[in-house]
Amino acid sequence: MTERSGVEVRLENLVRRYGAVTALDGLSLTLAPGELVALLGPSGCGKTTALRLLAGLEEADEGRIVVAGKDVTGLPANRRNIGMVFQAYSLFPHMVAWENVAFGLQMRRVGTAERKKRALETLELVGLGRLANRYANQLSGGQQQRVALARALAIRPQVLLLDEPLSALDAKVRARLRDEIRRIQLEVGITTLFVTHDQEEALAIADRVGVMQAGKLEQLGSPVMVYSRPATPFVADFVGLTNRIKGIVRGGAIDIRGASIPLVDPTSADGPAVALIRPEAVTLTSDGAMEAGPLVGTVIAVAFLGATSRVTVDLGDTTVLAQVATSAASQNPAGSKVRLTLRPDPVLIQREEAAPTAS
Amino acid sequence: MTIAGSPAVATNVGRPLVGGRRFSLDWLGAVPFLVYVGLFLLLPSAIVGLGAFFNADGSFTLDNYAHLSRSYVVKATIDTISLSVVTAVIGAALGGLLSYAIVTGSPNGLLRRLVVSASGVLAQFGGVTLAFAFIASIGPAGFVYLFAQAHGVDYYAHGIWLFELPGLALVYLYFQIPLMVLVFLPALDGIKPQWREAAESLGGNTWHYWRHVAGPILFPSFLGAVLLLFANAFSAYATANALINQGQPVLSQQIGGALSSEVGAVEPGFAKAIAIEMIVIVTIVTILYSLLQRRTARWL
Repeated sequence: MTERSGVEVRLENLVRRYGAVTALDGLSLTLAPGELVALLGPSGCGKTTALRLLAGLEEADEGRIVVAGKDVTGLPANRRNIGMVFQAYSLFPHMVAWENVAFGLQMRRVGTAERKKRALETLELVGLGRLANRYANQLSGGQQQRVALARALAIRPQVLLLDEPLSALDAKVRARLRDEIRRIQLEVGITTLFVTHDQEEALAIADRVGVMQAGKLEQLGSPVMVYSRPATPFVADFVGLTNRIKGIVRGGAIDIRGASIPLVDPTSADGPAVALIRPEAVTLTSDGAMEAGPLVGTVIAVAFLGATSRVTVDLGDTTVLAQVATSAASQNPAGSKVRLTLRPDPVLIQREEAAPTAS
Repeated sequence: MTIAGSPAVATNVGRPLVGGRRFSLDWLGAVPFLVYVGLFLLLPSAIVGLGAFFNADGSFTLDNYAHLSRSYVVKATIDTISLSVVTAVIGAALGGLLSYAIVTGSPNGLLRRLVVSASGVLAQFGGVTLAFAFIASIGPAGFVYLFAQAHGVDYYAHGIWLFELPGLALVYLYFQIPLMVLVFLPALDGIKPQWREAAESLGGNTWHYWRHVAGPILFPSFLGAVLLLFANAFSAYATANALINQGQPVLSQQIGGALSSEVGAVEPGFAKAIAIEMIVIVTIVTILYSLLQRRTARWL
């Protein structure tokens, strides 16, 4: 397959309403050529609607869609040259894999021999050349999604849309196919919009992640920025695990049981607040002889995650999660006494009286 | 994954019994059905098939099968097949359109609930009751005809076709269309909206979608439904007999005629031969139907 450079995609102030419900509320988003942007959010946040508007499967009530400098807002789906991979069950069941892949080429009146050649080439790209003559019901879920990806790529689209393509697969296949999609996307260089509700998937695959809520983009940034510098409490809550620990804001920092942590917004007014702290920002020190203190607690659970472990510590009036190296966690089994240290990275706060639990 | 210290565990699940093949008792559940089919389908068919080789006096003969070439039997065969084909095709077309109208509406909508419930009842509505309903409504003394006549429309001006094959076809459609809805609706429900969207995103329009995707997927189901409707019409007796009691234009009536002739000798062996002719035709249709269903089951 030949190298291609992607095109710029601009979604400008898109609004989509279903009766009284506003699914998209002025969404604006620009994808750089060849970039993979993941839209992440809970069910009903509008991410799939955004993707369907870009695909031309639905019409926007307001706003504009510009692909490669051309306004495609009014164009029907079949004239947009946009490839799409659906959640599942989208392969045509009466066609074998290569016929599925060749379908878009047939619609473009590519000759029989040429379309079979290109279909087989594209199947090779996704590693399924040897299964070209299988029907959908003779392929596993992961293989079906690879064929769907090949089918979307075979027409050499300007943009690739992925609508939760991994959600119906088991965890192992999901992780493998996720990496495969990224490899192919980089190889082809196609501008890609990936919609998912799985934060791990979004953070692992995307150049930039857009977190959506209630039809709006809450934050758009690199996976590292979205994770480590969430712009809003919703993003902090939705992406990754977050400890919610009560404290008192004083002079641009929050005092949590004696530990002073700077705020992302140092102009925040003084007073009680809840700090949103990542488990990675919490470290443990063990000392059997330590005395009780505000950040001293008892380990009540240790979850093994591989290289790291998640330790749940009971501070008496609240529990705190700490994600630490497994070697450190193994020194503090359930029942042992530990002291927590909070890394002094700037944190977000919430003013409402939220329950002091990890979420 | 192996966990240190945990013993290997082996089970007998799925293993053959020592010294022999695994003996499954799953088929026991099908025994009542198989007994039923054996007693009330295969055995009577065998008795009828063999009985056709004997005369009323018990002597062996091939005449009963040879008599199937009698001109009036050949005509009845052609007429019955024609009637069945026409009502199957028209019933499938109209029932198919009605089914499509239902699936494009709300899955829990009033139209769907109404049509499906009505179809469940009407597909079983036949015989004397149905014939009488038509006679009382559109028959020569029926209120519809009298009303139409009073308003200058005489649809029997060229003959009372209700008591001929065209009339029989119209009456048959009354249960053929609902049957089509019941048989074809699940196939239409199996069509996934993603297929249409995938076809569109790949450059296809509505025609392409129907020509290359939905059409080929639905075709075996549609054809299977047509065959089922054909068999349904081909084997109908009571409705035809209630509506047309002269001439015996359909095969099932010919059987009745051979068993209780008012003008000639009763020919039970010949009746059995006609029955076998019908069984053969319906068996061929049933085999074709099951082959199509097998293909459809893989797709929908």
